[in-house]
Amino acid sequence: MSLARRIIPCLDTDGASVVKGVRFVNLRDAGDPAELAARYNREGADELVVLDIAASRDRRGTFLETIRRVAEQLAIPLTAGGGVRSVEEGRSILRAGADKLTVNTAAVLRPELIEELSREFGAQAVVLAIDAKRCAKCPDRSVAALHQASNSALASGAWEVFVRGGREATGRDAVAWAQEAVARGAGEILLTSMDRDGTRSGFDCALTAAVSRAVGVPVIASGGADNPADFLAVFSEGRADAALAASIFHDNLQRLGELKQFLASHGIPVRLVA
Amino acid sequence: MNAAKLTLVDYGAGNLPSVERALGRLGVETQRAATPEALAGSRAIVLPGVGHFGQLMRTLEERGLHGPLRDAIAGGTPFLGICLGLQALFVSSEEDPKQSGLGIVGGSVQPLPKTAKLPHMGWNQLRRLRPSVLLRGVRDDAYFYFAHSFAALDAPDAAVAVCDHGASFVAALEQENVLAVQFHPEKSGDPGALVLRNFVEFARAKTAREEA
Repeated sequence: MSLARRIIPCLDTDGASVVKGVRFVNLRDAGDPAELAARYNREGADELVVLDIAASRDRRGTFLETIRRVAEQLAIPLTAGGGVRSVEEGRSILRAGADKLTVNTAAVLRPELIEELSREFGAQAVVLAIDAKRCAKCPDRSVAALHQASNSALASGAWEVFVRGGREATGRDAVAWAQEAVARGAGEILLTSMDRDGTRSGFDCALTAAVSRAVGVPVIASGGADNPADFLAVFSEGRADAALAASIFHDNLQRLGELKQFLASHGIPVRLVA
Repeated sequence: MNAAKLTLVDYGAGNLPSVERALGRLGVETQRAATPEALAGSRAIVLPGVGHFGQLMRTLEERGLHGPLRDAIAGGTPFLGICLGLQALFVSSEEDPKQSGLGIVGGSVQPLPKTAKLPHMGWNQLRRLRPSVLLRGVRDDAYFYFAHSFAALDAPDAAVAVCDHGASFVAALEQENVLAVQFHPEKSGDPGALVLRNFVEFARAKTAREEA
């Protein structure tokens, strides 16, 4: 009897439709969010993430309606986000039916936002999303972060935080930022490897393990999922508490049930749905 | 008025719409009660909850719901507490030591040990202590969704199931008309729906007995 590792399909949307592409390039329509949500709910997803990757203010109402339509379909938890800058914006997302909200760029620009959201909604509702990229020399690596990251992670360098959909470098060390965010009240980290995202070359286990070891909250690994062995690796070597993927599920390249059977047969505790 | 409906205590909890939706899927009509008047005469009451213990208790007091809720529970109205709604039944919580709880169940709520990752977030299994109304028909190995950092670590007599995450804690309790779960049945797929259905049937049976 132990906490199951979670498998989380992610719906990247333009506010209304699910879109896909590598790092915001070659976006194409991949379906209706509510239809995909119903399917994943049925097939045994442990949670669903819905992101508004456009996050333009004039389309906020459309995204809230999408959250409502998705929530209608679910008997599992829903995390939603994209462009959340304030407690009020966070509240509108939770009221629309999300259980947790993600913050990313706005939290880097103004870290107090994490405290405000955590105080208002509880740490369990605040997920810090980090887009991280490997770099040889991150200017802002703290001694504490280096100490925590240790061995294999350090041997291959460290990871820098990027914002605005991965377009802008921040000079911040990803491990140190994760620690700061948790100290400020984030209850979970959604960690995306920009190096792996969209490549289907496997999760960045070193990055995931470095962050997972450094913080006391659950870490969701994201970016690079291709096959069941990738998930097994990120749950074992990568010490991930949950793993997220998008296109392999949308395109039916990987069925949730088969993935979970594989993980269970390799000793990973998962919730099997009949 | 609306006497056949199930009343959801509306103190601003984020999971109230999810609980409404989950009950709606079972064909159960619900009404929200944000005032003592709306709570009066309820046949069955659900207290959903997420967030902070002190904030929940203070909001109940501000809305004048604290006393009426206590009275309704003491008067035998079938009650279901969810997550923070379970913790509210206790005398106190270390999350906000100055704020007293409803005091329906003896003991206090404590932080889960930091030896495990917190919040305890995700799907976990239960260990049954004794036969349960809420878990009737639920498989022993069923998973339920949890999202919390505080819990009742010392199981009171009312505990019917516990869960382990760094320490053993109360996952479900039942004391006469008072039923409560630390997990979120509204987010726990089919087993969660069964727990809600069991509560609805328990409330219906109790009402029918009293009217007979």
